[in-house]
Amino acid sequence: MYAQMVETGVAKISDAAELSPDEAAFQARLDADVKVEPKDWMPDAYRRTLIRQIQQHAHSEIVGMLPEGNWITRAPSLKRKTILMAKVQDEAGHGLYLYSAAETLGVSRDQLVADLHAGKVKYSSIFNYPTLTWADIGAIGWLVDGAAIMNQIPLCRCSYGPYARAMIRICKEESFHQRQGFDIMLTLCRGSVEQKAMAQDALNRWWWPSLMMFGPPDAESVHSAQSARWKIKLLSNDELRQRFVDQTVPQADFLGISMPDPELEWNESKGHYDFGPIDWSEFHNVLKGNGPCNRDRLRTRVKAWEDGAWVRDAAIAHAEKRAAQVAA
Amino acid sequence: MGTHEWPLWEIFIRSQHGLAHKHVGSLHAPDAEMAIKNARDVYTRRNEGVSIWAVRSADVHATAPGDRGPLFEPANDKVYRHPTFFPMPDEVKHL
Repeated sequence: MYAQMVETGVAKISDAAELSPDEAAFQARLDADVKVEPKDWMPDAYRRTLIRQIQQHAHSEIVGMLPEGNWITRAPSLKRKTILMAKVQDEAGHGLYLYSAAETLGVSRDQLVADLHAGKVKYSSIFNYPTLTWADIGAIGWLVDGAAIMNQIPLCRCSYGPYARAMIRICKEESFHQRQGFDIMLTLCRGSVEQKAMAQDALNRWWWPSLMMFGPPDAESVHSAQSARWKIKLLSNDELRQRFVDQTVPQADFLGISMPDPELEWNESKGHYDFGPIDWSEFHNVLKGNGPCNRDRLRTRVKAWEDGAWVRDAAIAHAEKRAAQVAA
Repeated sequence: MGTHEWPLWEIFIRSQHGLAHKHVGSLHAPDAEMAIKNARDVYTRRNEGVSIWAVRSADVHATAPGDRGPLFEPANDKVYRHPTFFPMPDEVKHL
Protein backbone atom coordinates (compact mmCIF):
# COMPACT_ATOMS: atom_id res chain seq x y z
CA MET A 1 0.00 0.00 0.00
CA TYR A 2 1.34 3.46 0.74
CA ALA A 3 3.50 1.46 3.13
CA GLN A 4 4.56 -1.69 1.29
CA MET A 5 6.40 -4.71 2.64
CA VAL A 6 7.19 -3.13 6.00
CA GLU A 7 9.86 -5.11 7.82
CA THR A 8 9.32 -5.82 11.49
CA GLY A 9 12.84 -6.98 12.30
CA VAL A 10 11.47 -10.19 13.78
CA ALA A 11 12.52 -13.59 12.46
CA LYS A 12 9.55 -15.50 13.82
CA ILE A 13 6.38 -14.91 15.80
CA SER A 14 6.98 -15.52 19.50
CA ASP A 15 4.40 -17.63 21.27
CA ALA A 16 2.97 -16.44 24.57
CA ALA A 17 5.50 -18.31 26.72
CA GLU A 18 8.45 -16.64 24.98
CA LEU A 19 7.30 -13.09 25.68
CA SER A 20 8.85 -11.12 28.55
CA PRO A 21 6.38 -9.96 31.24
CA ASP A 22 6.37 -6.45 29.71
CA GLU A 23 5.77 -7.83 26.22
CA ALA A 24 3.00 -10.12 27.43
CA ALA A 25 1.28 -7.22 29.22
CA PHE A 26 1.64 -5.12 26.08
CA GLN A 27 0.15 -7.83 23.89
CA ALA A 28 -2.71 -8.32 26.36
CA ARG A 29 -3.58 -4.62 26.11
CA LEU A 30 -3.51 -4.79 22.30
CA ASP A 31 -5.74 -7.87 22.39
CA ALA A 32 -8.19 -5.91 24.56
CA ASP A 33 -8.17 -3.12 21.94
CA VAL A 34 -6.51 -0.61 24.27
CA LYS A 35 -4.68 2.03 22.20
CA VAL A 36 -0.95 2.52 22.66
CA GLU A 37 0.01 6.15 23.35
CA PRO A 38 3.43 7.79 22.88
CA LYS A 39 4.63 7.60 26.49
CA ASP A 40 3.46 4.01 27.07
CA TRP A 41 6.04 1.25 27.20
CA MET A 42 6.26 -0.62 23.90
CA PRO A 43 8.61 -3.28 22.51
CA ASP A 44 11.49 -1.80 20.50
CA ALA A 45 10.49 -3.81 17.44
CA TYR A 46 6.94 -2.39 17.58
CA ARG A 47 8.35 1.14 17.79
CA ARG A 48 10.83 0.62 14.94
CA THR A 49 8.26 -1.05 12.70
CA LEU A 50 5.75 1.74 13.25
CA ILE A 51 8.36 4.40 12.51
CA ARG A 52 9.15 2.58 9.26
CA GLN A 53 5.50 2.11 8.31
CA ILE A 54 4.31 5.63 9.18
CA GLN A 55 7.26 7.29 7.49
CA GLN A 56 6.83 5.23 4.30
CA HIS A 57 3.26 6.39 4.36
CA ALA A 58 4.23 10.04 4.96
CA HIS A 59 6.87 9.98 2.22
CA SER A 60 4.29 8.53 -0.19
CA GLU A 61 1.96 11.47 0.46
CA ILE A 62 4.77 13.97 -0.16
CA VAL A 63 6.26 12.25 -3.23
CA GLY A 64 2.69 11.67 -4.42
CA MET A 65 2.38 15.43 -4.89
CA LEU A 66 4.87 15.29 -7.77
CA PRO A 67 2.99 13.31 -10.44
CA GLU A 68 -0.12 15.41 -9.84
CA GLY A 69 1.70 18.72 -9.47
CA ASN A 70 2.94 18.01 -12.99
CA TRP A 71 -0.54 18.88 -14.30
CA ILE A 72 -1.45 21.95 -12.22
CA THR A 73 -0.24 24.39 -14.88
CA ARG A 74 -1.89 22.40 -17.67
CA ALA A 75 -5.26 21.53 -16.13
CA PRO A 76 -7.92 22.03 -18.82
CA SER A 77 -9.90 24.74 -16.96
CA LEU A 78 -9.63 27.11 -14.03
CA LYS A 79 -12.11 24.95 -12.11
CA ARG A 80 -9.99 21.81 -12.63
CA LYS A 81 -6.86 23.74 -11.70
CA THR A 82 -8.24 24.98 -8.37
CA ILE A 83 -9.55 21.50 -7.53
CA LEU A 84 -6.20 19.92 -8.33
CA MET A 85 -4.34 22.51 -6.27
CA ALA A 86 -6.63 21.78 -3.31
CA LYS A 87 -5.98 18.07 -3.72
CA VAL A 88 -2.21 18.47 -3.90
CA GLN A 89 -2.34 20.72 -0.82
CA ASP A 90 -4.27 17.96 0.97
CA GLU A 91 -1.49 15.51 0.14
CA ALA A 92 1.01 17.85 1.81
CA GLY A 93 -1.31 18.01 4.82
CA HIS A 94 -1.53 14.21 4.96
CA GLY A 95 2.24 13.97 4.88
CA LEU A 96 2.46 16.44 7.77
CA TYR A 97 -0.11 14.61 9.93
CA LEU A 98 1.85 11.41 9.41
CA TYR A 99 5.30 12.89 10.01
CA SER A 100 3.94 14.28 13.30
CA ALA A 101 2.58 10.86 14.24
CA ALA A 102 6.00 9.29 13.49
CA GLU A 103 7.74 11.94 15.59
CA THR A 104 5.74 10.91 18.68
CA LEU A 105 7.78 7.68 18.52
CA GLY A 106 10.99 9.59 19.16
CA VAL A 107 12.43 10.18 15.69
CA SER A 108 13.11 13.72 14.42
CA ARG A 109 11.58 15.25 11.29
CA ASP A 110 15.04 15.96 9.88
CA GLN A 111 15.96 12.30 10.34
CA LEU A 112 12.81 11.16 8.53
CA VAL A 113 13.53 13.46 5.59
CA ALA A 114 17.20 12.42 5.54
CA ASP A 115 16.17 8.74 5.40
CA LEU A 116 13.98 9.39 2.37
CA HIS A 117 16.66 11.39 0.58
CA ALA A 118 19.31 8.76 1.27
CA GLY A 119 17.03 6.11 -0.26
CA LYS A 120 16.97 4.23 3.07
CA VAL A 121 13.19 4.33 3.29
CA LYS A 122 10.80 3.70 0.44
CA TYR A 123 7.63 5.40 -0.62
CA SER A 124 4.83 3.65 -2.53
CA SER A 125 5.81 2.06 -5.84
CA ILE A 126 2.86 3.76 -7.56
CA PHE A 127 4.44 7.21 -7.55
CA ASN A 128 7.27 6.07 -9.78
CA TYR A 129 4.99 6.02 -12.81
CA PRO A 130 4.64 9.10 -15.03
CA THR A 131 1.47 11.17 -15.59
CA LEU A 132 1.48 11.41 -19.38
CA THR A 133 -1.98 12.88 -20.06
CA TRP A 134 -4.71 14.75 -18.19
CA ALA A 135 -6.65 11.48 -17.97
CA ASP A 136 -3.89 10.18 -15.68
CA ILE A 137 -4.99 12.73 -13.07
CA GLY A 138 -8.47 11.21 -13.25
CA ALA A 139 -7.11 7.67 -13.07
CA ILE A 140 -4.91 8.50 -10.06
CA GLY A 141 -7.80 9.98 -8.08
CA TRP A 142 -10.15 7.17 -8.98
CA LEU A 143 -7.77 4.19 -8.71
CA VAL A 144 -4.78 5.21 -6.58
CA ASP A 145 -6.76 7.18 -4.02
CA GLY A 146 -9.45 4.51 -4.16
CA ALA A 147 -6.87 1.85 -3.33
CA ALA A 148 -5.46 4.09 -0.60
CA ILE A 149 -8.87 4.48 1.04
CA MET A 150 -9.32 0.71 0.98
CA ASN A 151 -6.14 0.34 3.01
CA GLN A 152 -6.54 3.38 5.24
CA ILE A 153 -10.04 2.86 6.58
CA PRO A 154 -8.99 -0.21 8.60
CA LEU A 155 -5.90 1.70 9.82
CA CYS A 156 -8.23 4.17 11.58
CA ARG A 157 -8.62 1.29 14.09
CA CYS A 158 -4.90 0.47 14.39
CA SER A 159 -3.30 0.08 17.80
CA TYR A 160 -1.15 3.23 17.87
CA GLY A 161 -3.25 6.23 18.93
CA PRO A 162 -1.49 9.05 17.03
CA TYR A 163 -1.39 6.98 13.80
CA ALA A 164 -5.07 6.02 14.10
CA ARG A 165 -6.05 9.64 14.71
CA ALA A 166 -4.03 10.84 11.70
CA MET A 167 -5.71 8.19 9.54
CA ILE A 168 -9.17 9.37 10.60
CA ARG A 169 -8.40 12.90 9.41
CA ILE A 170 -6.89 11.57 6.18
CA CYS A 171 -9.81 9.28 5.37
CA LYS A 172 -12.27 12.15 5.71
CA GLU A 173 -10.35 14.02 3.03
CA GLU A 174 -9.51 11.12 0.67
CA SER A 175 -13.09 10.68 -0.36
CA PHE A 176 -12.95 14.07 -2.10
CA HIS A 177 -9.82 12.90 -3.93
CA GLN A 178 -11.41 9.74 -5.23
CA ARG A 179 -14.59 11.49 -6.36
CA GLN A 180 -12.74 14.28 -8.16
CA GLY A 181 -10.79 11.58 -10.02
CA PHE A 182 -13.90 9.67 -11.01
CA ASP A 183 -15.50 12.96 -12.08
CA ILE A 184 -12.58 13.61 -14.47
CA MET A 185 -12.93 10.08 -15.90
CA LEU A 186 -16.69 10.49 -16.24
CA THR A 187 -16.32 13.79 -18.08
CA LEU A 188 -13.76 12.28 -20.47
CA CYS A 189 -15.88 9.18 -21.07
CA ARG A 190 -18.91 11.33 -21.89
CA GLY A 191 -16.79 13.50 -24.20
CA SER A 192 -15.41 12.94 -27.68
CA VAL A 193 -14.13 9.61 -29.00
CA GLU A 194 -10.57 10.87 -28.49
CA GLN A 195 -11.29 11.88 -24.88
CA LYS A 196 -12.81 8.49 -24.08
CA ALA A 197 -9.77 6.82 -25.66
CA MET A 198 -7.56 8.91 -23.36
CA ALA A 199 -9.50 7.65 -20.34
CA GLN A 200 -9.11 4.04 -21.55
CA ASP A 201 -5.40 4.56 -22.13
CA ALA A 202 -4.95 5.91 -18.58
CA LEU A 203 -6.85 2.94 -17.15
CA ASN A 204 -4.66 0.58 -19.19
CA ARG A 205 -1.51 2.05 -17.72
CA TRP A 206 -2.66 2.55 -14.07
CA TRP A 207 -4.69 -0.61 -13.45
CA TRP A 208 -1.88 -3.10 -12.79
CA PRO A 209 0.32 -0.68 -10.82
CA SER A 210 -2.77 0.11 -8.68
CA LEU A 211 -3.25 -3.60 -7.91
CA MET A 212 0.46 -3.84 -7.04
CA MET A 213 0.04 -1.05 -4.48
CA PHE A 214 -1.44 -3.56 -2.04
CA GLY A 215 1.85 -5.46 -2.05
CA PRO A 216 2.61 -9.14 -2.78
CA PRO A 217 0.47 -11.89 -1.22
CA ASP A 218 1.42 -11.94 2.45
CA ALA A 219 0.31 -15.46 3.34
CA GLU A 220 3.84 -16.51 4.20
CA SER A 221 5.28 -13.25 5.43
CA VAL A 222 6.42 -13.27 9.05
CA HIS A 223 6.37 -9.45 8.97
CA SER A 224 2.71 -9.37 7.99
CA ALA A 225 1.85 -11.89 10.70
CA GLN A 226 3.73 -9.88 13.33
CA SER A 227 2.14 -6.60 12.17
CA ALA A 228 -1.29 -8.23 12.32
CA ARG A 229 -0.64 -9.36 15.88
CA TRP A 230 0.40 -5.81 16.77
CA LYS A 231 -2.77 -4.52 15.07
CA ILE A 232 -0.91 -2.19 12.76
CA LYS A 233 -2.01 -4.26 9.76
CA LEU A 234 -5.65 -5.23 9.97
CA LEU A 235 -6.40 -6.97 6.68
CA SER A 236 -4.20 -8.99 4.36
CA ASN A 237 -2.90 -7.57 1.09
CA ASP A 238 -4.94 -10.05 -0.93
CA GLU A 239 -8.15 -9.33 0.97
CA LEU A 240 -7.77 -5.61 0.35
CA ARG A 241 -6.87 -6.16 -3.31
CA GLN A 242 -9.93 -8.34 -3.88
CA ARG A 243 -12.20 -5.74 -2.27
CA PHE A 244 -10.68 -3.08 -4.50
CA VAL A 245 -11.24 -5.13 -7.67
CA ASP A 246 -14.82 -5.95 -6.66
CA GLN A 247 -15.58 -2.33 -5.99
CA THR A 248 -13.85 -0.84 -9.04
CA VAL A 249 -14.90 -3.10 -11.94
CA PRO A 250 -18.58 -2.01 -11.86
CA GLN A 251 -17.39 1.62 -11.83
CA ALA A 252 -15.39 0.99 -15.02
CA ASP A 253 -18.46 -0.69 -16.52
CA PHE A 254 -20.43 2.46 -15.78
CA LEU A 255 -17.75 4.56 -17.48
CA GLY A 256 -17.86 2.22 -20.47
CA ILE A 257 -14.15 1.41 -20.34
CA SER A 258 -12.50 -1.87 -19.42
CA MET A 259 -9.62 -3.18 -17.33
CA PRO A 260 -6.63 -4.42 -19.36
CA ASP A 261 -7.10 -7.97 -18.08
CA PRO A 262 -8.57 -10.68 -20.37
CA GLU A 263 -8.95 -13.01 -17.36
CA LEU A 264 -11.12 -10.59 -15.39
CA GLU A 265 -14.47 -12.28 -14.84
CA TRP A 266 -17.26 -12.36 -12.25
CA ASN A 267 -17.17 -15.60 -10.30
CA GLU A 268 -20.71 -16.32 -9.23
CA SER A 269 -19.84 -19.08 -6.77
CA LYS A 270 -17.21 -17.00 -4.94
CA GLY A 271 -19.14 -13.77 -5.15
CA HIS A 272 -15.97 -12.04 -6.29
CA TYR A 273 -14.21 -11.13 -9.52
CA ASP A 274 -11.43 -13.44 -10.66
CA PHE A 275 -8.49 -11.61 -12.18
CA GLY A 276 -5.28 -12.45 -14.02
CA PRO A 277 -1.81 -12.90 -12.48
CA ILE A 278 0.11 -9.80 -11.40
CA ASP A 279 3.63 -9.29 -12.76
CA TRP A 280 5.49 -9.10 -9.43
CA SER A 281 8.84 -8.80 -11.21
CA GLU A 282 7.74 -5.32 -12.33
CA PHE A 283 6.77 -4.42 -8.75
CA HIS A 284 10.10 -5.58 -7.30
CA ASN A 285 11.97 -3.81 -10.05
CA VAL A 286 10.20 -0.53 -9.27
CA LEU A 287 10.88 -0.98 -5.54
CA LYS A 288 14.55 -1.50 -6.34
CA GLY A 289 14.64 1.93 -7.93
CA ASN A 290 14.19 1.02 -11.58
CA GLY A 291 10.69 2.31 -12.24
CA PRO A 292 10.16 4.94 -14.93
CA CYS A 293 10.46 7.89 -12.50
CA ASN A 294 12.34 6.75 -9.35
CA ARG A 295 15.45 8.83 -9.92
CA ASP A 296 13.51 11.88 -11.04
CA ARG A 297 11.19 11.81 -8.02
CA LEU A 298 14.00 11.62 -5.49
CA ARG A 299 16.07 14.23 -7.29
CA THR A 300 13.09 16.62 -7.25
CA ARG A 301 12.51 16.08 -3.52
CA VAL A 302 16.17 16.60 -2.63
CA LYS A 303 16.33 19.75 -4.75
CA ALA A 304 13.21 21.19 -3.08
CA TRP A 305 14.71 20.48 0.35
CA GLU A 306 18.08 22.01 -0.50
CA ASP A 307 16.62 25.03 -2.29
CA GLY A 308 14.41 25.71 0.73
CA ALA A 309 17.24 25.50 3.27
CA TRP A 310 17.87 29.25 3.33
CA VAL A 311 14.18 29.89 4.09
CA ARG A 312 14.21 27.49 7.04
CA ASP A 313 17.45 28.98 8.36
CA ALA A 314 16.29 32.58 7.90
CA ALA A 315 12.98 31.90 9.68
CA ILE A 316 14.67 30.36 12.70
CA ALA A 317 17.33 33.10 12.82
CA HIS A 318 14.58 35.73 12.74
CA ALA A 319 12.61 33.99 15.50
CA GLU A 320 15.71 33.71 17.69
CA LYS A 321 16.66 37.33 17.15
CA ARG A 322 13.17 38.49 18.09
CA ALA A 323 13.14 36.27 21.17
CA ALA A 324 16.51 37.70 22.24
CA GLN A 325 15.22 41.28 21.78
CA VAL A 326 12.19 40.55 23.93
CA ALA A 327 14.37 38.99 26.61
CA ALA A 328 16.80 41.97 26.67
CA MET B 1 20.97 20.74 6.16
CA GLY B 2 19.86 23.66 8.32
CA THR B 3 21.34 24.78 11.62
CA HIS B 4 18.60 23.05 13.59
CA GLU B 5 15.00 21.96 13.35
CA TRP B 6 12.10 24.36 13.88
CA PRO B 7 10.53 23.64 17.28
CA LEU B 8 7.41 21.49 17.59
CA TRP B 9 4.03 23.04 18.47
CA GLU B 10 0.80 21.41 19.64
CA ILE B 11 -2.26 22.77 17.88
CA PHE B 12 -5.71 23.19 19.44
CA ILE B 13 -8.76 24.19 17.41
CA ARG B 14 -12.17 25.38 18.58
CA SER B 15 -14.89 24.29 16.19
CA GLN B 16 -17.88 26.43 15.36
CA HIS B 17 -20.17 24.70 17.81
CA GLY B 18 -19.10 26.51 20.95
CA LEU B 19 -17.02 23.61 22.27
CA ALA B 20 -13.66 23.88 24.01
CA HIS B 21 -10.44 23.98 21.98
CA LYS B 22 -9.48 20.43 21.10
CA HIS B 23 -6.04 19.01 20.34
CA VAL B 24 -5.80 18.20 16.62
CA GLY B 25 -2.11 17.45 16.11
CA SER B 26 1.26 19.11 15.95
CA LEU B 27 3.54 20.90 13.50
CA HIS B 28 6.93 22.59 13.25
CA ALA B 29 7.28 26.36 13.08
CA PRO B 30 10.02 28.87 13.94
CA ASP B 31 7.76 31.01 16.18
CA ALA B 32 4.19 31.33 17.46
CA GLU B 33 3.03 33.54 14.59
CA MET B 34 4.18 31.02 11.98
CA ALA B 35 2.78 28.15 14.05
CA ILE B 36 -0.67 29.72 13.85
CA LYS B 37 -0.32 30.46 10.13
CA ASN B 38 0.77 26.90 9.43
CA ALA B 39 -1.98 25.50 11.65
CA ARG B 40 -4.53 27.38 9.58
CA ASP B 41 -3.25 25.70 6.41
CA VAL B 42 -2.69 22.25 7.88
CA TYR B 43 -5.69 21.86 10.18
CA THR B 44 -8.50 24.16 8.99
CA ARG B 45 -8.77 23.64 5.23
CA ARG B 46 -12.44 22.65 5.55
CA ASN B 47 -13.93 25.11 8.03
CA GLU B 48 -12.89 22.97 10.97
CA GLY B 49 -12.41 25.89 13.31
CA VAL B 50 -12.98 29.47 14.36
CA SER B 51 -10.05 29.77 16.78
CA ILE B 52 -6.53 28.31 17.04
CA TRP B 53 -4.21 27.87 20.02
CA ALA B 54 -0.56 26.99 19.45
CA VAL B 55 1.50 25.76 22.42
CA ARG B 56 5.15 24.77 22.27
CA SER B 57 5.30 21.02 22.81
CA ALA B 58 8.17 21.53 25.25
CA ASP B 59 5.82 23.56 27.47
CA VAL B 60 3.26 20.77 27.84
CA HIS B 61 3.51 18.94 31.16
CA ALA B 62 1.84 15.56 31.25
CA THR B 63 1.13 12.71 33.62
CA ALA B 64 3.27 9.60 33.18
CA PRO B 65 1.64 6.30 32.17
CA GLY B 66 2.88 4.82 35.48
CA ASP B 67 0.87 7.39 37.44
CA ARG B 68 -2.38 6.08 36.02
CA GLY B 69 -3.15 3.87 39.03
CA PRO B 70 -2.46 6.25 41.91
CA LEU B 71 -4.04 9.21 40.11
CA PHE B 72 -7.18 7.77 38.61
CA GLU B 73 -8.07 4.55 40.43
CA PRO B 74 -9.27 6.28 43.65
CA ALA B 75 -12.29 7.53 41.67
CA ASN B 76 -13.37 3.95 40.95
CA ASP B 77 -14.80 3.25 44.41
CA LYS B 78 -16.63 6.57 44.77
CA VAL B 79 -19.69 5.55 42.87
CA TYR B 80 -21.81 7.81 45.11
CA ARG B 81 -20.51 10.72 43.00
CA HIS B 82 -22.83 9.58 40.22
CA PRO B 83 -26.53 10.45 40.44
CA THR B 84 -27.46 6.87 39.50
CA PHE B 85 -26.09 5.73 42.90
CA PHE B 86 -29.28 6.97 44.59
CA PRO B 87 -32.41 4.96 43.75
CA MET B 88 -35.44 7.24 43.65
CA PRO B 89 -39.02 6.11 44.35
CA ASP B 90 -41.04 6.03 41.13
CA GLU B 91 -43.63 8.41 42.65
CA VAL B 92 -41.09 11.19 43.11
CA LYS B 93 -40.79 13.39 40.04
CA HIS B 94 -38.24 15.92 38.82
CA LEU B 95 -35.23 14.41 40.61
